[in-house]
Amino acid sequence: MRLSSKATTLLILAAVIAIAPVFFPSSYYFRVGSLIFVNGLAVTGLVILIGYAGQISLGHAGFAGIGAYACALAPVHLGLHPALAAVLGALLSAAIAFLVGRPILRLKGYYLAVASLGFGILVSMVLSNEAQLTGGPDGMAVPELGLRAVLKAIGIDLSNTEFWYAFSGLVLVIGAWLALNLYHSPTGRALRALHGSEVAARTVGVDVAHYKLVAFVISAVYASVSGSLLALQNKFITPDVAGFMHSIEMVTMAVLGGAGSVLGAILGAAILTTLPQVLTVFQQYEQLMLGLVMMLVMIFMRAGLLPSIARRIRGRAE
Amino acid sequence: MKLSLTTTALALVLGLAAPALADIKIGATISETGPASFLGDPEAKTLKMLVEEINAAGGVNGEKLELVIYDDGGDPNKARTFATRLVEDDEVVAVIGGTTTGTSMAIIPVFEDAEVPFISLAGAIEIIDPVKPYTFKTPHTDRMACAKIFEDMKKAGISNIGMISGSDGFGASMHKQCLAIIGDYGIEVLADETYGPTDADMTPQLTNIKGKEGIQAVLNPGFGQGPAIVTRNYAQLAVGLPLYQSHGVASDGFIELAGAEAAEGVRLPGTALLVAGLLPESDPQRAVVVAYKEAYEKATGKPVSTFGGYAHDALRILVDAIKRAGSAEPSAIRDAIEGTSGLVGTTGTVTMSAEDHLGLDLSAFRMLQIEKGGWKIVE
Repeated sequence: MRLSSKATTLLILAAVIAIAPVFFPSSYYFRVGSLIFVNGLAVTGLVILIGYAGQISLGHAGFAGIGAYACALAPVHLGLHPALAAVLGALLSAAIAFLVGRPILRLKGYYLAVASLGFGILVSMVLSNEAQLTGGPDGMAVPELGLRAVLKAIGIDLSNTEFWYAFSGLVLVIGAWLALNLYHSPTGRALRALHGSEVAARTVGVDVAHYKLVAFVISAVYASVSGSLLALQNKFITPDVAGFMHSIEMVTMAVLGGAGSVLGAILGAAILTTLPQVLTVFQQYEQLMLGLVMMLVMIFMRAGLLPSIARRIRGRAE
Repeated sequence: MKLSLTTTALALVLGLAAPALADIKIGATISETGPASFLGDPEAKTLKMLVEEINAAGGVNGEKLELVIYDDGGDPNKARTFATRLVEDDEVVAVIGGTTTGTSMAIIPVFEDAEVPFISLAGAIEIIDPVKPYTFKTPHTDRMACAKIFEDMKKAGISNIGMISGSDGFGASMHKQCLAIIGDYGIEVLADETYGPTDADMTPQLTNIKGKEGIQAVLNPGFGQGPAIVTRNYAQLAVGLPLYQSHGVASDGFIELAGAEAAEGVRLPGTALLVAGLLPESDPQRAVVVAYKEAYEKATGKPVSTFGGYAHDALRILVDAIKRAGSAEPSAIRDAIEGTSGLVGTTGTVTMSAEDHLGLDLSAFRMLQIEKGGWKIVE
């Protein structure tokens, strides 16, 4: 029986997440793993926006910031459970993405990139400057999710890093599953059509503005959930999460691994998350290496690492 | 066998292989690069220099120190990962670091969970208040700077002041801390102005303060270029009242930026390190600060900074604790750090207790006055 590409992707992802811990010499690797999953989730959202719909956003860290601060603020001010706070953050991100997306998605190319960039910077400025609410640049504490204690009560005792590895891994698999489902749905086809040619898509009856907005809102929710996961895992959050560099990092991860492929984008997230850990000795050269890798990928593998390699292997097999 | 081979290979591929074992392994996560590098760079250089010095002199308790140092670039999330790495993978016995309040607060839970002592190099009082068993810090708090300034004001018979504060993290925090204790000194704030971190002109705010009846002095909690501009505008407007700056600008760079003429007569609380050469022979801190200043300037060719001094004190406290504990067990080190008593550092004389994980009092600060482009101790 031949598996569909969707099932293959999910199987590979789940298998890697489940088997990798066997090779971890210390629990620090669980931490790196969970960071990869958190970044991978945000990048999966960008696959929908950049890869499927062909729209660029340089402000998605803004949504990550909203998700993260929702987990910090809602439990304190509204008395919500942190998990509900994450949901609230996602709803808020979706609503803001809807409002912001309507006007800015009329823009194309560079203009869209710059407008979204402005949005991201705006969020990070609000988080830095509203110090009485957000603690300003020094950040604020985030309450415990409490799920670990529940698991412990039913006999599953995980260390903090192990728990977050498993939990964010699970969320990533669900996120990837939803993104892959979307790809094969009518919405996904409409998105791909407008990616190919907006004019052609419009002539066959695709509501271009509507579908662009759908992609933008969905990717904002992904970014928001990833921000919430990061905040809950670190139990402390600063405005850096919404910073410009974080937005750039997300897009770089997607483009590096392959913005059109969920697995590729997650690979991109994995590479860029581990790189600073591997290069601690050459900290000063990290940006340099990153730039070099990006340039080489852009020149020789324009579809991103994974799709390009997959195509080459397939080409040889035929 | 096969599994362990794969593991090793994987670790090598990832470049994460554990380094060779050393006798006493201490860790550090410092913001050597990024926006806080002006703090982190001298801290990292100081730690490296001192560890070399200590090892050359035979180490601690006959064992050599090994310093594992990571650069978190000022990113709290990265710092958190490095903190986990130090504790879980490098298995260090104690950690120095957290250059900024953000990075420090982000990594404290890691050390509290793992029960590894941590000495922060960041300013905020939240780090040690409330006291957490494994967390310590070396820099004095903003509140202490406020207290020092208010003491000096009280001595001069000043009871009504104007404040002009930066709205950045440092300015806002110090503003808050100052207002929290100002009542204890019977001083009242008649005008309370603010400015943004990138503002280039503070004349309007200062004009407001100048126009207020009864103000006897002006205090400017701030950091970076803002206070220098305030000082220049203050001189241009000829306000004519004593101007107090904060410890945030206690460096020679501030006098340069503001100009010696405008800065004439400005008072601020600073550490002994800043005026190492001016300290009297009888000063208990003199030997320590002069030795550190000379060693640092010789090793790096750069002028010594207060921030490097924080790292200096952190390492001295740690080494002293390991010596007294006679063991490099994290919990034994923790107990010994808490028992630190009368240790003379660059920021002051440190005496910790179960309730006080900072261990400094107001004598840590010296009231300084700028005179003819240089510093003068005034007390």
